[in-house]
Amino acid sequence: MAGRVVLAIGGGYGIAGLATALLSLTLPMSRAEAVTTATLASFAIMVGIVVVAFAARSLARAAAIVGGLALLLGAALWLVMGSTTGFTP
Amino acid sequence: MKQGFRQSMAWMHTWSGLVVGWVLFAVFVTGTASYYRAEISRWMQPELRREAAITPETLAASADLAVAHLQAHAGGARMWFVTLPTPERPLVELFWRNRPGTPPGHVLLDPQSGAPAEMRATRGGDFFYRFHFELNLPPLWGRWIVGICAMVMLVALVSGIVTHRRIFSDFFTLRRDKAAQRGWLDAHNVSGVLALPFHLMITYTGVVTLAIMYMPWGVTAAYRGDQQAFFAETGQVTRNRPPAGEPGTLAPVGPMVAKALATIPEPLERLSILNPRDANSTVVAVFEEPHGLSHQHPQVAFAGTSGTVVEVLSGGLRPAAKTFTTMVGLHEAHFAGAALRGLFFLCGLLGCAMVGSGLVLWTVARLPKSGVAAGFGWRLVHTLNLGTIAGLPAGIAAYLLANRLLPLDLAGRAEREVWVFFGAWIAVAVAGAWPAPRRAWRGALALVAALFVAVVLADVATARALWDDPAWFLGFDAALLALAAGFASISYKVARFAAPRRARRAADAPAAAPQMGRA
Repeated sequence: MAGRVVLAIGGGYGIAGLATALLSLTLPMSRAEAVTTATLASFAIMVGIVVVAFAARSLARAAAIVGGLALLLGAALWLVMGSTTGFTP
Repeated sequence: MKQGFRQSMAWMHTWSGLVVGWVLFAVFVTGTASYYRAEISRWMQPELRREAAITPETLAASADLAVAHLQAHAGGARMWFVTLPTPERPLVELFWRNRPGTPPGHVLLDPQSGAPAEMRATRGGDFFYRFHFELNLPPLWGRWIVGICAMVMLVALVSGIVTHRRIFSDFFTLRRDKAAQRGWLDAHNVSGVLALPFHLMITYTGVVTLAIMYMPWGVTAAYRGDQQAFFAETGQVTRNRPPAGEPGTLAPVGPMVAKALATIPEPLERLSILNPRDANSTVVAVFEEPHGLSHQHPQVAFAGTSGTVVEVLSGGLRPAAKTFTTMVGLHEAHFAGAALRGLFFLCGLLGCAMVGSGLVLWTVARLPKSGVAAGFGWRLVHTLNLGTIAGLPAGIAAYLLANRLLPLDLAGRAEREVWVFFGAWIAVAVAGAWPAPRRAWRGALALVAALFVAVVLADVATARALWDDPAWFLGFDAALLALAAGFASISYKVARFAAPRRARRAADAPAAAPQMGRA
């Protein structure tokens, strides 16, 4: 259970943070609106990840889901950041 | 798999609830009290005389008096905040932020004379309001702790919902005559389910009030961390005007107040004056929220040295920003009239009951068998339960009592009241650790009831001559007496609680084992 607790807290916040950053840059609305929407949604995302971390059949499976998601989001964020650095004021 | 999912949610619910339950209880109690923050402040300063109306001329004149006081006493400060008089609270409240490392300044002025107001020093209802999200710790620490606890609460709510098979029938189920554990479980379920929409709303919107602090990564990615720019772009605050670094003279603020009042039809609440001695000083007039759910203050910004308007913010938020301010508005319930605010208050009390009964349930479900000594873990949880659930109300009552009994000219009087609050809380928690659990609960709850009665007696004895509206003060005292009656009746129930009826019936039969229902 201790492993799941750590995974839920670290993974939950990490994924919520990555998703917030990614959505802030990619949502099809003005910058301020995108950041607000993403930040408002982030806490629901975190709760969802915590539930997944505890609901998965085994710790390894939970870690795989959370880790995979984090990698996916991280890679997407890296691509988006790379493509926008030239444009941002 | 289905079974496993529900079990892991139940495990998460039990342990996440226990770990943060004590903090959450304090957050719920002080948050519920904060719905009546203005009333508590008024009760704690009975010297205050309300006025029928405040004219625009009085507002402008009191703003000039405020700035004169600040020029004389807070010249080096980076920011001045002036709360202007209202009919309910005809006082000018000044607050200023000094350079980092120097504590901020604070004073109350009489709007007619500009001299410090003749009023007992107290933090009033503001103390509960700030405790609600800062726990009287350094702000950063307090806000993070409360935020983490709120997230755990959100998880506990979701897992609590999942744990339930029959949420609808829980509405109507309170089995007081069965085993103690069953009764506490039902109490936890009823208080949780009955106000479930409120609990979910208040927890999520509570996190949202400090969302940018807890989850700054969107602002980091899109604004390179410039939160001021983000808030200005959403239309919630006026644009930042950085200091020029050259000295400047602030123009008279009276005319700015008059111009602001002519621009926005809402009551004017306060002035923020940034970099008051800089050539690029800014004066922002902040108005009360217009009618509606959204927590959004109309604002007019002036260039401080010339008094010309540089920006007017009034409505016109885009959908996401409007959602954000509406969530904050829902949390604070400033929009609510008397009846709705009463309903919010009752829902808050149900929240306190949900957290409190959940904590008690943990100990009741693990009650040691008769003849077996309680383990260290059980004693610890029991002590913290009692220390929080009875200790915090005792602290609140003692805080109000200190307000009436401490000498009026005592140095640092407002801080002493807070000491009394924590002193009483700690005393009850420590004293409650020694006696047998049931006696401890009975005694502590009776003490809380007695303290609330003492508050009313002290009020009538020492402050009656000061009441400007006796019916209002008597109403407040009646509410305190209702609280006292509530605590007294719980104390009585704890004392009277015997083995449940079924067990008693069994005990009446010859040769039945006594006390079987308490396991």
